[in-house]
Amino acid sequence: MTRKTTGPSTVENDMTPMIDVTFQLITFFMFVLNFSEAEQDERIQLPASQLAKPAEGVLETPITMQLTATGGVLYAGEIVPVDQITTPLRREREIIVAAGKDPKQATVIVRADGRASTGDVQRVIRACQEEGFERFALRAHYEPE
Amino acid sequence: MPALPRRRLEKVAINMTPMIDVVFQLMIFFMLTLNIIAPEGDFDVRMPLGKSAGQPTEDLQVPPIKVRLDAQPDGSLASIRVDGRPVEGFSELRQLVAGLVDDAGASAGDLELELDCDYDLDYANVISAITAVSGRIDDGRLIEMIKKITFAPPSAE
Repeated sequence: MTRKTTGPSTVENDMTPMIDVTFQLITFFMFVLNFSEAEQDERIQLPASQLAKPAEGVLETPITMQLTATGGVLYAGEIVPVDQITTPLRREREIIVAAGKDPKQATVIVRADGRASTGDVQRVIRACQEEGFERFALRAHYEPE
Repeated sequence: MPALPRRRLEKVAINMTPMIDVVFQLMIFFMLTLNIIAPEGDFDVRMPLGKSAGQPTEDLQVPPIKVRLDAQPDGSLASIRVDGRPVEGFSELRQLVAGLVDDAGASAGDLELELDCDYDLDYANVISAITAVSGRIDDGRLIEMIKKITFAPPSAE
């Protein structure tokens, strides 16, 4: 008895819906990708507040001062003691002045750990004031009650 | 004129495999780099040099409300005093400041508050105090209270 042999048939799946969904997913992940992580550091645990306003737009010439719980300032990936912060601040100021901007208009973002001493935070603020900075943004985690 | 030979419509099968490979690679990359971060916010404070040194500005009509935060040796909060009067906790501080703001009426925007903290006080308490005095949430709406906040020079190191 001979059986009629059928050749290897290729089953064609319609790939279009899968590709649609995959592109949607890629678009989603691209949008939620946060590029501002660079200025965040896991060594600092910000205090929480229910009134901390998310920054409106991009701050003009921001300078981020990150203060750790042990009282050091994270600057350019290194921990600088609070009493030596003047040198990098002066450099920041020179960069701002060279760019034709006013240090008074620059915002110093203070990202201090919740366990840091208030006195150290004040010394950092004082050092910034002595270099001519006036605007400060005390950063906190937004936490609705 | 001889008729052109009619070409049969051919189905062109595009090989989708490389594209799908790349698309999945991209998807895995974005999934792995996804980092969910709690939103952060700012308290905007304007502090020129003269102000934090305890010098009143020329246009100041009312003396600033002085809030003193004392620390325990380990850095935790020991007590809060408003103009010398002891206050129990940040919620009472908020009520007291809300009362002062209501009494001030139209000139509430000129009210100024000076935070005087022990050197070793944990910074989280300062943020709690600023949260308590800068506004309150009523029926889901934010009511602003004191906008001008200054720091007294740090007390003993």
